[in-house]
Amino acid sequence: MGFVMTVNDLIKNTNFTVINPGNNLDISINKPFCCDLLSIAMSKAPANSAWITVMGNVNTLAVAVLVDVACIILADGVTLDLTAMEKAKQQDITVLQSSMPIFETALLVHELINA
Amino acid sequence: MSNTITLKYSVSSEDFTRAGEASSDVKSKLKKMNLPPEVIRKVAIAMYEGEINMVIHANGGEITVEISPTEIVIILDDIGPGIKDIEQAMTAGFSTAPDNIRSLGFGAGMGLPNMQKYSDEMSIKSTVGVGTTVTMKVYIK
Repeated sequence: MGFVMTVNDLIKNTNFTVINPGNNLDISINKPFCCDLLSIAMSKAPANSAWITVMGNVNTLAVAVLVDVACIILADGVTLDLTAMEKAKQQDITVLQSSMPIFETALLVHELINA
Repeated sequence: MSNTITLKYSVSSEDFTRAGEASSDVKSKLKKMNLPPEVIRKVAIAMYEGEINMVIHANGGEITVEISPTEIVIILDDIGPGIKDIEQAMTAGFSTAPDNIRSLGFGAGMGLPNMQKYSDEMSIKSTVGVGTTVTMKVYIK
């Protein structure tokens, strides 16, 4: 096991832009998880993972809450639409943004966890 | 003796901004009851898929959740178009969702298969032109 990386550590990492900080900052992230199809994400996303996706709509947030991911990272510079932004604030979900593609973003999260 | 808790939700049509609220509410109630996380996850996934299906296909509907000491029963009731061929609808990858739904990350033909996968029992009663009732049970072990 590498060192424990919390949501807060990701927030402080300059490779990510904070879209919504959320309120569960001390959760330790166990792994990155990549998927854009919500039904598959819902059934496969591990609890406490960092979910990397390019889907920035309100349903992404609903799924994140239902499966207890630690945070959402929107890859490729994707951002939340306005409705989704409201929901993220209202439900205190941590949403970060990466300018890198999904694979590179996930690889970075993996390397940070296993540093 | 009745120690069953019944919760009722109404799902509005085409309202993706609110889809998931019923499932989230049930999830937080089950958490407060200290049910096993695996049971909560199964209920949350099965119910959310059902909720989304109602929004996409059935102009909304009603959801009843009955929580007893041994099981959680989720009844999804709609007066939508009905399902012509249930077996086909149950096939992973089969979908009649329109493109605007696909662009939201749904419509992969995984809804009903996920509902079956995450419930311990599921039954579908559907009449074309009348509506559909899906009953799912998740056992509390």
